Amino acid sequence: MTPQLLIFFVLAALAVVGSLSLILQKHPIHSALSLIVVMVALAGLYLLMGAEFVAAVQIIVYGGAIMVLFVFVIMLLNAGIEEHTNFSKLAGYAGVPLGIALTGFIAAAIARSTDTVHAATTGGTIASTRQISTMIFKEFVYPFELTSFLILVAIMGAIVLAQREK
Amino acid sequence: MVPTSYYVILSAVLFGLGVIAFIFKRNIISIFMSIELMLNAVNLAFVAFSQSKGNLDGQIFVLFVIIVAAAEAAVGLGIIILIARNRQSLNVERVDLLKL
Amino acid sequence: MQTPILDYLWIIPLLPLLGSATNGLFGKNWPNKIVNAVAVGSTGLSFLAALEAVREFFAAGQQLVRKEYFDWIIVPGVWPGGFRAGFDLQMDQLTVVMLLVVTGVGWLIHIYSTGYMAHEGGYYRFFSYLNLFMFFMLILVLAANYVLLFVGWEGVGLSSYLLIGFYFLKKSASDAGKKAFIVNRIGDFGFMLGMFLLFRTFHTLDFNALFNSVAQQNSATEPWGQFGTFTVACLLLFMGACGKSAQLPLYVWLPDAMEGPTPVSALIHAATMVTAGVYVVARSHILFTHSETALVVVAIVGCATACFAATIGLVQTDIKRVLAYSTVSQLGYMFLACGVGAFSAGIFHLMTHAFFKALLFLAAGSVIHAMGGEQDMRKMGGLSKHIKYTYMTMLTATLAIAGIPPLAGFFSKDSILLSAFNKEGGHPLYAFGLLTALLTSFYMFRLIFLTFYGKPRYDEHHVHVHESPWSMLGPLVILAVLSIIGGWLAAPALWGGTDYFTNFLAPVFGSHEAVEAISEAAAHQLEIILAVVAVVAALLGFGVAYWLYSKPTGKPEQIAKSMKPVYNTLLNKYYVDELYAAVIVKPLMWVSRQIFWQAVDVTVIDGTVNGVASTLTVIGDGVRHTQSGNTRSYAVWVVVGAIVIIAVVFFWPEARTVVGRVQGLHLPTLTKMVRP
Repeated sequence: MTPQLLIFFVLAALAVVGSLSLILQKHPIHSALSLIVVMVALAGLYLLMGAEFVAAVQIIVYGGAIMVLFVFVIMLLNAGIEEHTNFSKLAGYAGVPLGIALTGFIAAAIARSTDTVHAATTGGTIASTRQISTMIFKEFVYPFELTSFLILVAIMGAIVLAQREK
Repeated sequence: MVPTSYYVILSAVLFGLGVIAFIFKRNIISIFMSIELMLNAVNLAFVAFSQSKGNLDGQIFVLFVIIVAAAEAAVGLGIIILIARNRQSLNVERVDLLKL
Repeated sequence: MQTPILDYLWIIPLLPLLGSATNGLFGKNWPNKIVNAVAVGSTGLSFLAALEAVREFFAAGQQLVRKEYFDWIIVPGVWPGGFRAGFDLQMDQLTVVMLLVVTGVGWLIHIYSTGYMAHEGGYYRFFSYLNLFMFFMLILVLAANYVLLFVGWEGVGLSSYLLIGFYFLKKSASDAGKKAFIVNRIGDFGFMLGMFLLFRTFHTLDFNALFNSVAQQNSATEPWGQFGTFTVACLLLFMGACGKSAQLPLYVWLPDAMEGPTPVSALIHAATMVTAGVYVVARSHILFTHSETALVVVAIVGCATACFAATIGLVQTDIKRVLAYSTVSQLGYMFLACGVGAFSAGIFHLMTHAFFKALLFLAAGSVIHAMGGEQDMRKMGGLSKHIKYTYMTMLTATLAIAGIPPLAGFFSKDSILLSAFNKEGGHPLYAFGLLTALLTSFYMFRLIFLTFYGKPRYDEHHVHVHESPWSMLGPLVILAVLSIIGGWLAAPALWGGTDYFTNFLAPVFGSHEAVEAISEAAAHQLEIILAVVAVVAALLGFGVAYWLYSKPTGKPEQIAKSMKPVYNTLLNKYYVDELYAAVIVKPLMWVSRQIFWQAVDVTVIDGTVNGVASTLTVIGDGVRHTQSGNTRSYAVWVVVGAIVIIAVVFFWPEARTVVGRVQGLHLPTLTKMVRP
């Protein structure tokens, strides 16, 4: 058991526990906090893989901005413990089996897939920020500029949608 | 070294859990969070493949996914606020105007 | 030489058709005079055209004239030479006789109808139908092939239906019209099968071609009992003739057809339509003479019908019914003649019968008109003083039909009986024919005595007996004259005549006439004996009728009471209608209702259509549940869809490109976008 494997298992367990907690918690704020735990765990996994920039972006943007937004909205809407209604029989009975089926499919796909997945292990190459930024501004400049557009539209949309009623 | 398949299986498990959360949770915000969980799971897979191929394209894509997720979260939460105002409830089963 | 009419034979049928169309389309608001002018005028012109055609025919040396006007049915490849049935008209000696009878008597009846129907509603409709009938009958008579003849055949059936049911608001009339058409149809079925058989055997239905082909092949006559082609075809054609000419067992429509106006009975059910059957048999004589079985059947059916109908006519009380059964009986005589091979005798009787039977019907119509609509003879009597002309013409016709010389009926009936006697094995036929003659004489004179003699049995204050107008009397007189002199055309040499008629028709019937093998002297002796016997029979009938009916003695009622079962059977027409209703009509209706309507139509067809609809409803009901309005269910469906796509892509590699296209991903383009 190499140290990396150990760390991987710890972080993986943390992520899984966090998502289970997301499912099982009744109050949405607890689910939000669980999600933050998951994201931090994933950031750790990225670091383990050597993708430091992505890990940093994950924590800053996802954990620091998006989840904060979620928490703010929960606070704004005074979300309480969710009421237990069950109008949809279909969801009640078919939900878990479907989820497991989906997971099963993907797992099976991996199990049968090519060597790329099996044989190659994660290399220890650390992806440098310099390389990533070069790629962004050289090869992926077009999508990058488009995302700025996207964010602008999102901002406007959010403002219009959440306006206080006149 | 951790084999890539481990990461991908973890990604699959997280995705499946996200799907289950998506089906079972009744609070709209919780459903939205489950979507974020699914996106994260996919990100993990991307990064894992990117590392195993030695190609940085995967990580760039992850960046873009995060950007789009942020935009989507902003707009989506705006919609949720509207729904909450309209239906006076955050229970997704109360949003049933299409029911006969 | 110029033969304008012969070249354009279609003018003869066309004129009544135009009259019919004009009256039918425009006559509703016209005054009676104009309708008359159109109807009588068109028929009259047709008669003149027919006369002219006959004149040209004689002038051209009595050669067969055949004109093809346009191609109707052409099937080129079915056999060498193909099959053609066209609108072809022909004129030969037989056609001359039929043509003159149809147009002449038809014209007279049209004139009569202007008087008889003057106060009836639907005046224009009556004449439109009557002209339509003339058109079809002329087509029938002029046709040069079986197909066109059949067109006319069906057409006269249609006109008959329309005219019998003329007073369609009366249920018995519309029922009678339906009965006539349906019974006719049964006969037509046989006729068509006969046509099909001829078609298959001889590859043509054209009279000329067919008869020439038969003559050339010179096949042997099929003996009695052998059902070869000729026999079967002839029996089938005869079945059609039975329907149209009211022979056993398809005669039941004719008495009911008396529901129609009297001119209709005179024209259609006495003079022309019912003779179409005899015409067909005579025209197809070459086929019939090749089959002994067919000839025997024709003779026996004809004789049996003659006798049978005469017995029913003995006790009927409606004046028109008596005449109807008399018609059936006389038609039997015509078929008897054809059956023993004396075709021209049959046609001769057809001609004379047209004269005196039309006269009888028209005179009966005059009586009915005089009596204000009364048709029951028991309520008449003593009319001879009031309606002299009607009485005298009717008496003339009665003498003719009874066979009293020198009127027309004597010669025609006599030649039939002679031919029957001379045929081997024909003695029973002769005996029954003679019996029928006696019965005919009896019931006809009974009719005269009941109607015109004795004390009036009607209320003289309510019924004002008046003579008919000259529009009705004129045709009566003309027909009476024809009834007297008409027979002289065929008076055999025995009596000083030259038997012009038979000689005239010889080119048509040629070698197929019954040839007497007895020596001349013996033949003459036989003829005289038979003629005397026939006249004696007629006088006997007259005598009995005189004894019973001329004075109201109550003897008929006594006889009827003493023979009650027989009397009732005869009065009820041997219960034939009831028999048909029980054996044929009722089961048919049951099958139709229970099986075809309930089982097939309602259950199967409606069930299938409704079943499709209800299946769709059920499916829709099931699928409805996906649209529940519940968001979480929708979420489940999203996941299900995702699983399906993943499964497809996973298990079916070729689908990956398809899925990619469906999702709108075009990987090369995307890659180029990202990496320029």
